[in-house]
Amino acid sequence: MTKFLAVCSTGLGSSFMVHMNIDKVLKELEIDGVDVDHADLGSVANGDADAVFVGRDIADAASHLGDVVVLDSIIDLAELRDKVAAAAKRHGLTD
Amino acid sequence: MDAVLDVLLDIFTQPSIIVALIALVGLAVQNKSFSDVLKGTIRTMVGFLVLSAGAGVVVGSLDPFGEMFQHAFNVQGVVPNNEAIVAQVLMDYGSAAALIFFFGMIVNILLAATTRFKYVYLSGHVSFYIAAMFAVILGVAGFSQWQVILWGSIAQGIYMVVSPALVQPFMRRVTGGDTVALGHTGGAGIAFGGLIAWLTRGKGSSKSTEEMNFPKGLSFLRDTTVIVALSMAVIYIIVGLFAGPTYIEGELSGGTNFIVFLIMQAATFSGGVFIILAGVRVILAEIVPAFKGVSERLVKNSKPALDVPIIFTFAPNAVLIGFLVSFAGGIVGMLGMVALGTTIVIPGVVAHFMTGAAAGVIGNAAGGRRGAVIASFVNGLAITILPLLLLPVLGDIGLSNATFSDADYGVFGLILGGLSEAGGQIAIIVGIVVSVVALYVITFATRGRKAKKAADAEKESVA
Repeated sequence: MTKFLAVCSTGLGSSFMVHMNIDKVLKELEIDGVDVDHADLGSVANGDADAVFVGRDIADAASHLGDVVVLDSIIDLAELRDKVAAAAKRHGLTD
Repeated sequence: MDAVLDVLLDIFTQPSIIVALIALVGLAVQNKSFSDVLKGTIRTMVGFLVLSAGAGVVVGSLDPFGEMFQHAFNVQGVVPNNEAIVAQVLMDYGSAAALIFFFGMIVNILLAATTRFKYVYLSGHVSFYIAAMFAVILGVAGFSQWQVILWGSIAQGIYMVVSPALVQPFMRRVTGGDTVALGHTGGAGIAFGGLIAWLTRGKGSSKSTEEMNFPKGLSFLRDTTVIVALSMAVIYIIVGLFAGPTYIEGELSGGTNFIVFLIMQAATFSGGVFIILAGVRVILAEIVPAFKGVSERLVKNSKPALDVPIIFTFAPNAVLIGFLVSFAGGIVGMLGMVALGTTIVIPGVVAHFMTGAAAGVIGNAAGGRRGAVIASFVNGLAITILPLLLLPVLGDIGLSNATFSDADYGVFGLILGGLSEAGGQIAIIVGIVVSVVALYVITFATRGRKAKKAADAEKESVA
């Protein structure tokens, strides 16, 4: 199972929102086989997920986490849809 | 028969079971499979027990702090940290808090659907925390259990639409739109900071914070576990130096070197907060999506009120400036308390980070660099003074070593507490009813004005 993680500094509020939005977007794009979860920055290590989604304000702090997808806006669904689609392609879920 | 009732009562007054049932309802309403419902319900119950375990760890590490502080300064010292105080509150008021949290969501949906305040407060962790505060204040005011839940839920629902509404004028400026709101217990302090920043903006000549270059090596500031441990270590050691090694090694540490002991206690505190957060995360994982789903179906044009970091991406430099300046405001406030000889409120690092950063972003949007500094300093003072004023209203909980840290706890808690002081339970009930009526009056008043404006505009274009 491909794993996508949404990460923020407390692992409670904004990462949860992004997690729910990623679920929504994956459904819209009809992409299966992705396990989505959320966590706080301190608990995540490189390799925990195939792609890690963060807001640009913690991009520097998250740079060691492998395939880091930086979001310019955590509330922009259009941007998220594009970046989720691109990540899905990168990890072989679509062609 | 009585025995059966007793057992049932035992079961259903367990807060862990109540939150599990809330999750069950939420999952069932979304038509989830039996397997998902079972899994979600049990995970939620266990999540609550994890949270309780974290409470024990936090209290254990704060006890020596309280004793040291009293010994050193002869006044009570409090650490504002939401997780620490809520975990303790949930031990005594957990059932009421869980039910206020649940029914509050229903009241939120009702109010959002029928008034112009279309905010749906999706930040589950902070609405859970403020439900706990309402449970305490109403319990201390002397209401019976079911009254606490009734009036608490209505107050909770009112809070869930009013707090985002206070910040919305500033959110519109930051996000450039009106579709998203702020759902965080720092709302009142952030809005107030933004207001002062806007009032002092002068000719609008202050440049944005984002036109500055900022050092990159500060990424550790975004790791909550790290900043809590670091700040608590500094605080513990400073207080420890005043209390003296002899006292600490004699009374508290069982002989261990006092610096080593204090660092361990600080790290343990951070560990306890980590455990509490883990528990909260599990509890909300099933409940918040259900709330979101139901509110999207029942409230047309709803505006989700989301956690504070959603605005951080709009001005990352303002985030850091806001944190540091708010923290400075906290230190100034604390020194004021030292001078006045009151109970001392230590700066709460997570609160200064989350709300100070948000105040910085909003202040920057209202008045540039200067606005960011002004807004976050004002916020920093507010979240130091308000917790102090709130303490008497919390009853025995106010004697704890930790307390609520964000502005909304202070503002809404003081309103309720003040009503209680002024006229007891009747005053609180009247206050709540009047607030609900006010929401509807404002809705109908502005609807009338909007319709008239639209009609006037039409007349203009036809003419």
